[in-house]
Amino acid sequence: MSIQYIGLKEINGPMVVIDNVPDVSFDEMVELVLDSGETRLGRVVEVEGKRAVIQVFEGTTGLSLTNTRTRFTGKPMEIALSTELLGRIFNGAGKPIDGLGEVYAEKYMDINGKPLNPVARTYPRSYIRTGISAIDALMTLIRGQKLPIFSGSGMSHNKLAVQIVRQARIAEEQGKNFAIVFAAMGVKNDVADYFKRSFEESGALSRVVMFLNLSNDPIIERILTPRCALTVAEYLAYEKNMHILVIMTDITSYAEALRELSSSKGEIPGRKGYPGYLYSDLASLYERAGIVEGSEGSVTQIPILTMPNDDITHPIPDLTGYITEGQIVLDRILEQTGIYPPISVLPSLSRLMKDGIGEGYTRADHSAVSNQLFASYARVQDARALASVIGEDELSPIDQKYMDFGKKFEKYFLSQGFNENRTIERTLNLGWELLSILPKEELDRVDPEMLEQYYDPEKAKGFEI
Amino acid sequence: MENVIFSINGPVVKVKNTKAFSLLEMVYVGKKRLIGEVIGITDRETTIQVYESTSGLEPGEPVETTGGPMSVTLGPGIIANIFDGIERPLRDLREATGAFIGEGCSVSTLDETKKYSVTITVKPGEYLTGGDIYATCPETHVVEHRCMVPPKMSGEVVKTSPDGEYTIHDAVVTLKDELGNLHELTLCQKWPIREPRPVKTRLPITRPLITGQRVIDTMLPIAKGGTAAVPGGFGTGKTMTQHQLAKWCDADIIVYIGCGERGNEMTQVLDEFSELVDPKTGEKLTNRTVLIANTSNMPVAAREASIYTGITLAEYYRDMGYHVAIMADSTSRWAEALREISGRLEEMPAEEGFPAYLPSRLSAFYERAGYMENLNGSEGSVTIIGAVSPQGGDFSEPVTQNTKRFVRTFWTLDKSLAYARHYPAINWITSYSEYIEELRNFYDGIDPNFLEFRQRMQSLLNEEAQLMEIVKLIGSDVLPDDQKLIIEVARVIRVGFLQQNAFHKDDTYVPLEKQLKMMEVILYLYDKARALIQKNMPVSTIMELGLFDKVVKMKYDVPNDHLELFDDYFSEIDAKLAEAESKFNVD
Repeated sequence: MSIQYIGLKEINGPMVVIDNVPDVSFDEMVELVLDSGETRLGRVVEVEGKRAVIQVFEGTTGLSLTNTRTRFTGKPMEIALSTELLGRIFNGAGKPIDGLGEVYAEKYMDINGKPLNPVARTYPRSYIRTGISAIDALMTLIRGQKLPIFSGSGMSHNKLAVQIVRQARIAEEQGKNFAIVFAAMGVKNDVADYFKRSFEESGALSRVVMFLNLSNDPIIERILTPRCALTVAEYLAYEKNMHILVIMTDITSYAEALRELSSSKGEIPGRKGYPGYLYSDLASLYERAGIVEGSEGSVTQIPILTMPNDDITHPIPDLTGYITEGQIVLDRILEQTGIYPPISVLPSLSRLMKDGIGEGYTRADHSAVSNQLFASYARVQDARALASVIGEDELSPIDQKYMDFGKKFEKYFLSQGFNENRTIERTLNLGWELLSILPKEELDRVDPEMLEQYYDPEKAKGFEI
Repeated sequence: MENVIFSINGPVVKVKNTKAFSLLEMVYVGKKRLIGEVIGITDRETTIQVYESTSGLEPGEPVETTGGPMSVTLGPGIIANIFDGIERPLRDLREATGAFIGEGCSVSTLDETKKYSVTITVKPGEYLTGGDIYATCPETHVVEHRCMVPPKMSGEVVKTSPDGEYTIHDAVVTLKDELGNLHELTLCQKWPIREPRPVKTRLPITRPLITGQRVIDTMLPIAKGGTAAVPGGFGTGKTMTQHQLAKWCDADIIVYIGCGERGNEMTQVLDEFSELVDPKTGEKLTNRTVLIANTSNMPVAAREASIYTGITLAEYYRDMGYHVAIMADSTSRWAEALREISGRLEEMPAEEGFPAYLPSRLSAFYERAGYMENLNGSEGSVTIIGAVSPQGGDFSEPVTQNTKRFVRTFWTLDKSLAYARHYPAINWITSYSEYIEELRNFYDGIDPNFLEFRQRMQSLLNEEAQLMEIVKLIGSDVLPDDQKLIIEVARVIRVGFLQQNAFHKDDTYVPLEKQLKMMEVILYLYDKARALIQKNMPVSTIMELGLFDKVVKMKYDVPNDHLELFDDYFSEIDAKLAEAESKFNVD
């Protein structure tokens, strides 16, 4: 029987202070038992001599200086792991909420994880086909990558994530070794339901582990949610050799929780009130994607974040972009013109795609097509800017061609149905057909030989606006 | 009395009521013996920053002193290795703790069992001072390691071992200093990371660091011993640019510091460098490279130290007479580590929460670059190329602005260029290099016209930038033909010259001679075309000849070792333009 300490010294927001406790270690887990019999979990965030500051996960409502008994567990927060986790639903702190009882643990692991040694990583090279042209051709997802979706409130990021999950699974050669870990942080009940329903409909639910911290759940738990999810993902990937796709939504809520917590600790704020360690903290999540040498499995992350005020320079998308290996940016204007998926091509990027495409992976002309599409579409923006000043009719013939290309590119390449699953062949050919709208001389990112092979103005005639 | 931990807050640990520590001393914290450094002392408490995760640490655990400042071990075995921010070899750490990095793991920095074939270069009776070389051994196929007397030591050689196989801790030479004390010199020595290694004198800058990247070598050169900063928002290709420079620049040794960056990127560098062959030596690139990887999720205090560890290693090889280039990716992450620790210490923040000493730390780092005459009389240089990741891509933030004051080459990476997949996305208008005048002699040696060509290209690009302002408002149709020509030529310069394909076998590295020829062809085409336009030939007629598109593609069409093919371009330009002119005169 371990020692319980009666009473607290101070309660301040989500933190409590307890005095005269010897042998407390930094970062260890704490159980607080209220007189009502309710148990809450907490974590030591600061120790000073015999005084410990504890962060209470379920909130401090109802605590008083006298009604609480505290027990120190002597170890950091751990989560029970086993392959039986698949198909289960947990709350943000890793407690089952699906009524199926506790998990029979094969082993326990510290949810904070440890940094993966760069020499023990395998450089990710195998591509994941999502069946979405814009992603496959222009920002190819690679197994072991972290590729966030930068979206805004009210845009179709959830739909896109569901489509990726559904179609990526089919492309996976070893389908049975594929699983999804889903971490919801501060999302609305409807959104969590939408994901659950979608997983059910696609028959994937038995291969999904869900961690749900909804928007009305305690914010401190939100700090734990992605860590629990990633610990499960790492376990399944590196010890059970599975390919794991981790969907984390919404990182913005997570960062706000971190800010709330930081300010209640009285820390010096950095940009926009977020703590100075926001970068390191986000990195401790995102860097847990990857492939470990000698293991068959992989952890691929698709974090979703809603950019406050659609501002990509806001600290959350900004710092995320510096850590992740690219980003898929959604655009409100495209969304409003009815284009799904509303992917804003130019600022989107996949840093790992260059080594996972081309001959032996996708097709030899992949990188040429994608570079040329980027370059030509960038030119479309110039033409549009000019057209908005002088009118489309006054544009030079070549600029008019670009305007034409731009419209058709958005209508036929970007836009595709929620159930439409395009092969990589189809996607790349579509790219060439659209590029053939432009005069041959304009395609300066492509090898002359490749141009000879694929350039065909006849095929470009099939598109209508 | 034993010193014990009093409080723990993240990586900051405090010890009360002790006078045992000195500032910047290295210490071991706790039962796990985590590595830490003393960063603040008052009579009541000593503040220590810990380079490893402090999870599980308890007040009351011991703190051990080591008596010396945070130092690195310098000796053979550094090259081709990969270290974390405090010079722990990551490959050995993996052996010791597995794929994930554990805490309190003590591994020796350099391989202590490997034997090097050592040649002793001094004889008993010789008098040696700091920096003098007493032994050499091959470290890799391309780097000869030169063991030097530690800078602050001097004395008479009293004993030498014969040439032969030794490990790094074997004493090979014994010195007797003026006080009669004996010092045994092994193959390695220690040096504190925060103290620059002394040199005899700083030499003027005269030679560029050749990188094979046209926009750098021709337009915005960096000198050996110079400093450069590469600021750019995410996705603009900072890391790509750093990788290209690390691969192709003509330094003898590369120190690549991955400071708070992505793990997969470091793995990529490891993979790629062990496959790529250095064009100058024919050896693998790893054989001249040291990697320091402190990824973003590794402890933040070690990230702060990684920059100093890197530069100290660089200075050590400079002292041997090598030209060393450091790529630091990214210095913003280092500044953020400073901010994070400063916040934990509850220091008064200055701009955007960064500590007030940010500028002085930055300048102290960049000033360690230079072209030097070393203590032993040899010449060597340290060139620093630091990436900067401005928050929100906004160059007015403190790290970018302060860095700008201390570097002499500034390569700004441009988002819109990157969006159009124009790489390297170095903006030719906002970037600058202050080294042009100092390097004039060198470029004149390549060709007396080199800098003139460069100047003309730059003027054309500037004129284009101004014309584009007009074009954006009213379209290009209204421009007179001579201005239309400028726009067309500037496009050739942008696409055919400045843009460079890192994945093309010839285009990834381009020798200066080819860069010169390419400039010559472009300007020749421009001069000839302008002459025709002055004779009232419309620009559209000239464009129809296909010459401009041919010149754009010459970077791919002329292999690096067949520069004579450029002659055909001059004759083709002459022939086609002459034909067009006679046709035009007839009409």
